[in-house]
Amino acid sequence: MEKEQDKIINDVTSGEYKYGFHSDIETEKISRGLNEDTIRTISGKKNEPEWLLEFRLKAFRHWQTMKMPTWANLKIPDIDYQDIIYYAAPKQKAVNKSLNDIDPELKRTFDKLGIPLEEQKHLSGVAVDAVMDSVSVKTTFRETLAESGIIFCSFSDAVKEYPDLIRRYMGTVVPYTDNFFASLNSAVFSDGSFCYIPKGVRCPMELSTYFRINSANTGQFERTLLIADEEAYVSYMEGCTAPMRDENQLHAAIVEIIAENNAEVKYSTVQNWYPGDKNGKGGIFNFVTKRGLCRGENSKISWTQIETGSAITWKYPSCILRGDNSTGEFYSVAVTNNHQQADTGTKMIHIGKNTRSTIVSKGISAGFSNNSYRGLVKVLKSASGARNFSQCDSLLLSDKCGAHTFPYIEVDNQTAIVEHEATTSKIGEDQIFYCNQRGISTEDAIGLIVNGYAREVLNKLPMEFAVEAQKLLQISLEGSVG
Amino acid sequence: MLIIKNLKAEINGKAILKGISLEVKAGEIHAIMGPNGSGKSTLAAVLAGRELVTVTEGSVTYFGKNLLEMPPEERSKEGIFLGFQYPIEIPGVSMVNFMKTAVNEHRKYKGLEPLSASDFLKMMREKKELVEIDSKLANRSVNEGFSGGEKKKNEIFQMAMLEPRLAILDETDSGLDIDALRIVANGVNKLKRPDSSAIVITHYQRLLDFIIPDVVHVLYDGRIVKTAGKELALELEEKGYDWIKKEVDKKDLA
Repeated sequence: MEKEQDKIINDVTSGEYKYGFHSDIETEKISRGLNEDTIRTISGKKNEPEWLLEFRLKAFRHWQTMKMPTWANLKIPDIDYQDIIYYAAPKQKAVNKSLNDIDPELKRTFDKLGIPLEEQKHLSGVAVDAVMDSVSVKTTFRETLAESGIIFCSFSDAVKEYPDLIRRYMGTVVPYTDNFFASLNSAVFSDGSFCYIPKGVRCPMELSTYFRINSANTGQFERTLLIADEEAYVSYMEGCTAPMRDENQLHAAIVEIIAENNAEVKYSTVQNWYPGDKNGKGGIFNFVTKRGLCRGENSKISWTQIETGSAITWKYPSCILRGDNSTGEFYSVAVTNNHQQADTGTKMIHIGKNTRSTIVSKGISAGFSNNSYRGLVKVLKSASGARNFSQCDSLLLSDKCGAHTFPYIEVDNQTAIVEHEATTSKIGEDQIFYCNQRGISTEDAIGLIVNGYAREVLNKLPMEFAVEAQKLLQISLEGSVG
Repeated sequence: MLIIKNLKAEINGKAILKGISLEVKAGEIHAIMGPNGSGKSTLAAVLAGRELVTVTEGSVTYFGKNLLEMPPEERSKEGIFLGFQYPIEIPGVSMVNFMKTAVNEHRKYKGLEPLSASDFLKMMREKKELVEIDSKLANRSVNEGFSGGEKKKNEIFQMAMLEPRLAILDETDSGLDIDALRIVANGVNKLKRPDSSAIVITHYQRLLDFIIPDVVHVLYDGRIVKTAGKELALELEEKGYDWIKKEVDKKDLA
C-alpha cells in the first residue's frame, strides 16, 4: 500500500501539468532589459498615441523609485528586471485578424489548450480573446457582440478605436502609483482585453480571455479593463497556462473593473500557470493587481477564483464599494502543492451606505507548500449600515505544508457589522479508508473530499468553467495525502 | 467463501491476533463475541484492509483469492462490506454524491455502465425504505452531525446500496436503543440473500435475538477459544465472559 501511494505521488508530480508544451511559432522579440527606450519601443510597435506613451513613462519613472514589497508571507528569489524580455509577439501577416490570417501553428496551440478560435466551432455562448505572450491574436464574436452595442476587443485595438473610453477609465481603479507590480505593468503592459457593456444591456454570452505564455525569458504584462454601464450585466472568465521551463517567468497583470448604477460584473478566474516541478524548480511568478470599483448605487462586483498554478502567487482581487447599497463578493479556492507558495485574498473597502461584502476563502495545502490568506475589510466613516461576512477555511493534506490566515479589519463606523469565521482541517487517513472501504480509490476519495470542501466556491463558477475546475483540483492534488 | 488460517497480526509492534482460524461458508451468519480488547475489531480491520494493522503470519482466502493482497477498494468491489463501529464524518461530501461514486465504482468493476441520475435516485429511495432510514439523511454530508443511531443506520443503508457478498458488522449494535437496534437488525435480515454471508461482531447477546447466527465464536486474547451454535450466545449472556477467561487461563497454566 505504502508503495502504491508513493507511486501515485510520483506519477502525479512528475508529469501531470497538461499544458506544459511549447509551440514553435515565429516570434518577434525585443532585446532584454528595461529602460525608457524599451518603453518607447513597445509603444512604437503598437503605434500608440503620445498620451499613452506619457502614461507609461510616468509609471516607469515612479516605478524606479519603488522597492519590491516584502510584507507578503512569501520567499521570493531576487528578480533581475534587466534580464527579462518585455515584448514578444507571434508574427502575424495582417492587422485585420480574420481567421485565415492566423498562423496555423498558433491556431493549433489554442486548439490544444481547448480554446478553438473559430466562432462556429466554439461553445456557443462564449466569446474569447486569445492572448499569446505580449499580444492578442484573435478575438471571437466581436461582430455578434457589437450588434448589442458591446465592445469586446484587445486592449491595443481599444486604444486605437475607443481612445476616449480608455483615457476616461484606465488607471482610475488601479493608479500607476498603486504598487510596485502595478507600476511596472503600467510602464510595460503590452496587451490584454477591453470590454464595455452599454447602458441597460445584459451581455448575451460569457466573455473570456485566455492568456498563454509561450516564449522563453519573457514576462507577460497584460491589462484588462471592464466597464459595465448603468444596469448592464456581464460574466467574464479568464484562464491561463504556460510551458514547463526550468527558469521562472514573471506575470504581472492589472485588471480594472468599473460598475455603474445597478450594474453587475461577475469575474471568474481559473489560474493554472505552470507551478514548477516537484522540487520547486521553475514556474510562473504571478504578481497581479485586480480591483473593481462599484461606482454606482446598487452595483455589484463578484470575484471567483480557482488558483491551482504558479510557483508564487501574490494576488488580492478587491472591491471598492463606493456606491450606496453596492455589493462586493470574493470566492476563492487556492491550492498549493509541492513547493508552491500563495499569498492571496481580497480587500473590501466600504465607502457607501449599506454596502455589503462577502468573503469565502478556501485554502488547500499539500506537499511542502505554503498557503496564506490575507484580507482587509475596511469600513469608512461614511459607510453606515455596512455589512461584511468573511469565512476563511484551510485544509491541510500533509504535515509538511503551511496554512496561514491574516485577516485585517478596520472599522470606523459604529453601525457596521463585520463577521469573521475561520476553520482549519486535515484530510484524515480514516476518511480515506472509509471511502476505500466503499470501493472508492484514494485518488477519487481525495477528489471527492476536496471538491466537497470547495463546493461553495465551485458553485459560483459559470458551467463551462465548473467542470474544468473540478478536474483541475483533483489533478493538482492527486496522491498528495501523506 | 472465506477461509482464515492461523492469522496473526499486530498494531505498532504489539501482537493483537495470535493465530485465528475460521471458515465462513456461503449463506452463513457467524457471530464473533468476546470481551473488550480481545481483538474483534482488529480482525474486522484486517479483513477490510486497514493499513494500520500488519499481518505477520497466516492467510486469508476469499473465493479462492488471496484477500491480503487486495487493496481495500478492491475488497469492497469484490463484495466485502465493513459496517464501522465508529462511522467517519466527511464534511462537504453529500451522501448522494458519496454513494453514487461508490455504486458506480462497483458497477464499473463488474463491467456495467454507470447508473443514470434518475435510476440512482430511484435505487436510493427503495433502499431507504427498506432500511427505514430518514430520507433527509441522504441530503446531508456523510455522517456529519448524525447522532450515534443515525450513523449506524446509515451504515446499514450503505450496505443495502452495495449489496455485499460478505458483510462484516463491527459492533453495529453498540450505543443503540432498542428501537434503533431493531431497525438495524431488520435491515440486516432483509438484506440477507441465500448465498450471502455475514460476520456479526458484538459484545452483547441482545443483537443476536434479532439476527440469528449459525455459528458463534468467542474471541479472547487474540484467539478463538470457543466455537458453538447459537446457544453459546445465551450462555455468555447468562454467565458473562469470566468463566471463559478462567477456562482459557487454566488451560494456559496446565
